[in-house]
Amino acid sequence: MIKRKSVIQVKDLVAKYGDDIILDRISFDVYEGEIFAVLGGSGSGKSTLLKHLIGLLQPYSGQVIIDGDDIANCDEKKFQAILRKIGVLYQSAALFGSMTLAENIAMPIFEYTDLPKISVDNLVKMKLDLVHLDGYENHLPSEISGGMKKRAGLARAMALNPKILFFDEPSAGLDPVTSAELDNLIVNLNRNLKTTMIIITHELQSIFAVAHRVILLHRSNRGIIAEGDPQYLRDHSKNLFVKQFFNRLAGDNTVD
Amino acid sequence: MRKSEDLQSCRYEVSQSEDGSMTLHIQGRMDASSAGRMIEGVKSLLKDRLPSSLTVDLEKVTYLDDFGALVLVELKYLMTGAKDKLYLTNASDKVKDVLSILNFDTIGERVSAPKKRSPNIFTRLGEGVFRQASDLTFTFAFIGSVCLSLLYVCLHPKSLRTNDTFLNMEKMGVDALPIVGLISFLLGLIMAFMSSVQLRQFGANIYVASLVSLAMVRELGPIMTAIIVAGRSGSAFAAEIGTMKISEEVDALFTMGFDPTRFLVVPRIVASVIVVPFLTLFSDLFAIVGGLVVGVSMLDLTANAYVAQTIKTLTLFDVFWGFLKSGVFAVLITMVGCLRGFQVKGGAAGVGRATTSAVVSSIFLIILSDSIFAIILRYWG
Repeated sequence: MIKRKSVIQVKDLVAKYGDDIILDRISFDVYEGEIFAVLGGSGSGKSTLLKHLIGLLQPYSGQVIIDGDDIANCDEKKFQAILRKIGVLYQSAALFGSMTLAENIAMPIFEYTDLPKISVDNLVKMKLDLVHLDGYENHLPSEISGGMKKRAGLARAMALNPKILFFDEPSAGLDPVTSAELDNLIVNLNRNLKTTMIIITHELQSIFAVAHRVILLHRSNRGIIAEGDPQYLRDHSKNLFVKQFFNRLAGDNTVD
Repeated sequence: MRKSEDLQSCRYEVSQSEDGSMTLHIQGRMDASSAGRMIEGVKSLLKDRLPSSLTVDLEKVTYLDDFGALVLVELKYLMTGAKDKLYLTNASDKVKDVLSILNFDTIGERVSAPKKRSPNIFTRLGEGVFRQASDLTFTFAFIGSVCLSLLYVCLHPKSLRTNDTFLNMEKMGVDALPIVGLISFLLGLIMAFMSSVQLRQFGANIYVASLVSLAMVRELGPIMTAIIVAGRSGSAFAAEIGTMKISEEVDALFTMGFDPTRFLVVPRIVASVIVVPFLTLFSDLFAIVGGLVVGVSMLDLTANAYVAQTIKTLTLFDVFWGFLKSGVFAVLITMVGCLRGFQVKGGAAGVGRATTSAVVSSIFLIILSDSIFAIILRYWG
């Protein structure tokens, strides 16, 4: 197998809230162009990990290297440059409520490119078309449904064609059909634009549908207990929790 | 590193043939960094004379994303005026894939969503009237539900959420005491100072005490306190309840069988009615002390004489009148704050509007009701 180029390297990351250690010396790599899923039960530190990956939280120790630059230890200018390489789709889409969808998407484009207004309008139209929201340019976020908000949030996250896209629980709160559509969209965009994608989720079906590789976090060791292809882990893992997780079985502690 | 920089630059060459057709050879990465420059370039190129047909040779394009496609879209729009359209040649499979998911072929034909036209003045007026009417209905419904809830709590005193009430009393009253005290003290100081300038000319220094105490106890004490409470607590109520409303917490209360009004509004009203009059008393007191400081230090009055004159001026009725007024102000502030909170729609901007509106409406209502009190006193007293 050819050694692939990693775009994200996490090295011995320790995350703490106060004295509580959430993640204890975890390390993993995300390779260019893959769909990488971070899995785990509630309270396993998935969201904490995401916040460290996108620079919202500073690691207690360890490194998060995005495309060659350490996001935890770099100057402000470098940090801004790294932020330009990533896009984040937040769990509740986080669209700005006082702006229309078009304005939401156009905002980063105006800020970071020198395109004239009319071209930006065209580009926004193309972006919305890409997420199947053509015709909703002038709607406010409060006027569209949850699934549409997610897609609009995705269009905004992709506004500058970032190298890496992060998804925080993309299927949370969506019906199965919409969530499957979103999965298809993710796979399509990954295939066509070669964007590396990191998905934080615990939606099994969506994991099997989209993820090339996963890591599974668990509270017990505050770290990764399994890494690899989701299908393989489901069928061959020896670890009890991994088996339970991928086969959707109840844990022992729920029996008594 | 150098190599990738070379790749990032995007250049184009133009060749023109005899029959007026033009060919554009593009090479390099067509992405966000080059799109703006490219668009300007081709626009100025085609501005002078539109070729009869334009062929874009994409053979040497190493990368194309939707910013790159945008350049082609611009070309397409520019060429709609010409006889013949735009041709793309030698596009690699990768480029073709990107163009196909962007539906490049149909991009000009799609109608863009109609801009929401701003309606004419009559429509807007009508909408405004309807909105005001529905706001008014909501206001009356709210007042009604507050009255019913208060009545219910009077009949079933145990249903009052006492913990919440005490907490609100602390937040509205105890926590506001320092700022109310400071502002009132300074106000007393200023009043005494300003009036002394005039009264000294008549040798009527002692009446500074009367002026400060009477003005403060009757009018300024209740009003100043109410305005501070409106700014501190009225806004907080609107923001808190508004945020609860948009995060569906109010709905949760309702479905859990709690009456949102009884749960949220009644404790606040009870707390404010108890606490604000006392705040007013403190305000009066601090203002009188402020006046006293000026009187003793600048007007050669003894503290004793100042206090005696103050007591001589004030009647018990004045104190009670101020007390009553601030009780009414308290109800108004709380009701308006909570009402604006319940009226919140949309998101963060809605909460901001509600908070502003809560403070502005409260201050207006405070002044309005104070005028009404003044008129009542004029004909009654």
